[in-house]
Amino acid sequence: MLRIGSGAGFAGDRLEPAVLLAEQGKLDYLVLECLAERTIALAQRRKLQNPALGYDSLLEKRLELLLPILKKNGVRLVTNMGAANPVAAAEKIVEIAKRQGIAIKVAAVTGDDVLEQMHPEQRTLESNEPLSVYGQLISANAYIGAEALLPALETGADIIVAGRVADPSLFLAPMMHHYGWSWQEQDKLAQGTVIGHLLECAGQITGGYFADPGKKDVPGLAELGFPFADIDQDGTAVISKIEGTGGVIHLGTVKEQLLYEVTNPYAYLTPDSTVDFSSVRLREISPNRVEVSGGKGKEQPATLKVSVGYHAGFIGEGEISYGGSHARARAQLAGEVICERLASRSFSEIRVDYIGSNSVHRTSFGHQHEPYEARLRVAAKVSSQAEAEQVGEEVEALYTNGPAGGGGARKYVHEVIGIVSVLIPRDQVQTQVTIREC
Amino acid sequence: MKRKLYELAHSRAGDKGNTLIVSVIPYQEQDYEMLCEKVTVDAVKEHLQGIVAGEIVRYELPNICALQFVCSRALLGGVTTSLGMDTHGKSLSYALLEMEI
Repeated sequence: MLRIGSGAGFAGDRLEPAVLLAEQGKLDYLVLECLAERTIALAQRRKLQNPALGYDSLLEKRLELLLPILKKNGVRLVTNMGAANPVAAAEKIVEIAKRQGIAIKVAAVTGDDVLEQMHPEQRTLESNEPLSVYGQLISANAYIGAEALLPALETGADIIVAGRVADPSLFLAPMMHHYGWSWQEQDKLAQGTVIGHLLECAGQITGGYFADPGKKDVPGLAELGFPFADIDQDGTAVISKIEGTGGVIHLGTVKEQLLYEVTNPYAYLTPDSTVDFSSVRLREISPNRVEVSGGKGKEQPATLKVSVGYHAGFIGEGEISYGGSHARARAQLAGEVICERLASRSFSEIRVDYIGSNSVHRTSFGHQHEPYEARLRVAAKVSSQAEAEQVGEEVEALYTNGPAGGGGARKYVHEVIGIVSVLIPRDQVQTQVTIREC
Repeated sequence: MKRKLYELAHSRAGDKGNTLIVSVIPYQEQDYEMLCEKVTVDAVKEHLQGIVAGEIVRYELPNICALQFVCSRALLGGVTTSLGMDTHGKSLSYALLEMEI
């Protein structure tokens, strides 16, 4: 039996569940999935400013805690915390290990960075327009798969650190390595991808992002435990978590995670497989233990998806609150004032939301009630930082120029990195393994 | 008697670029067939008008008794460039559950 734990579902995830898994989980592998679509573009910019950076900003904190436990318990770590700079990440890990007096071998997987291979005529999946219309590109990273991780696992390294690996591949690679599954065993690869997909968001399958009090209760949410899977030679797996940790695993949590972010459940594409989720079987075998089997699939796609990051200008935001009688009407008047003032300065793309009424669903489906308080939010996308700053300044000016009783004005500006995707033939992506050890 | 979908099913939303992906999972598996009949593409399109600007595709998964709706042009451009409050559209699972069936 092979046991793989999932210790992080995104870059900012909690630290303790991974420590607990490494300590008490009797794991063979711990996987930390820490890259979102735009995270890598941000990392590329950090690397441009300093070539020794560009890896996950929490890497040091996570590894300081985990290294001694992983070493003591013989748990191998697989992670995409290398982000834009896996080799620098490996060097940082070795530096931490040295400091802690631990002997370690780290394998860095590179080759996902394909910025140099991008050409302006290449058309994006989103708009079918050429890349050139998006202006200055910041990054281009191909989703690489288990194929790139397997050679790193074969080096015997304690830690495998990569960049833009498809999330389920981080889990599939150790399964293929451990059981010797071949590229011809397509159903096993598909089933392994299903398991990886179920584990990749860590706490989401143990009841994180599930609770709705009285309707979908989750015990111990504040101490949510993260999942691990026991995987058989044939790919059948049982998903569970460490006894005593918070959260819950049942058909409801597993079904929500199975379909999460899947655009076609009959053909879920990863670099390793084309997976058919309609054959997956789920069975609750005991409390907090769900068996997953039956995933089927076809060959890997001929192309790899590339996430391309580009400069997309700036967003300026401003917010202000109104309370008591007629709160919503005063907020509305404030919104109208701002729109009039910004429109006269050719701010074309403006959005006005009334927090408490229509800000997240963009409507309220006929719920008519006068809220006790209302918060106005104005956002605009512009090309320069100076223009973006004007949005918050105008909202702040409502203190003495707007409707009665406005309070708590806040303003924000942030630079926007847009993401579009292109496809690249897989043979154009060459990956390498670099070893660092002490 | 009409009931909110919220009473019968749970849901989670995810995103890929400007595409909203949202599941519908009945609490009771025996309600799956009925949901297949009532939560049609047309009904969802009508309910989410003003939110979803593009095409909606429905996938049926009888093996796990769940439906999946894939809605294009639904996220004000998508997570990185949207001016919306909820740039991922993660809250929109509960927008779908407001639907009356």
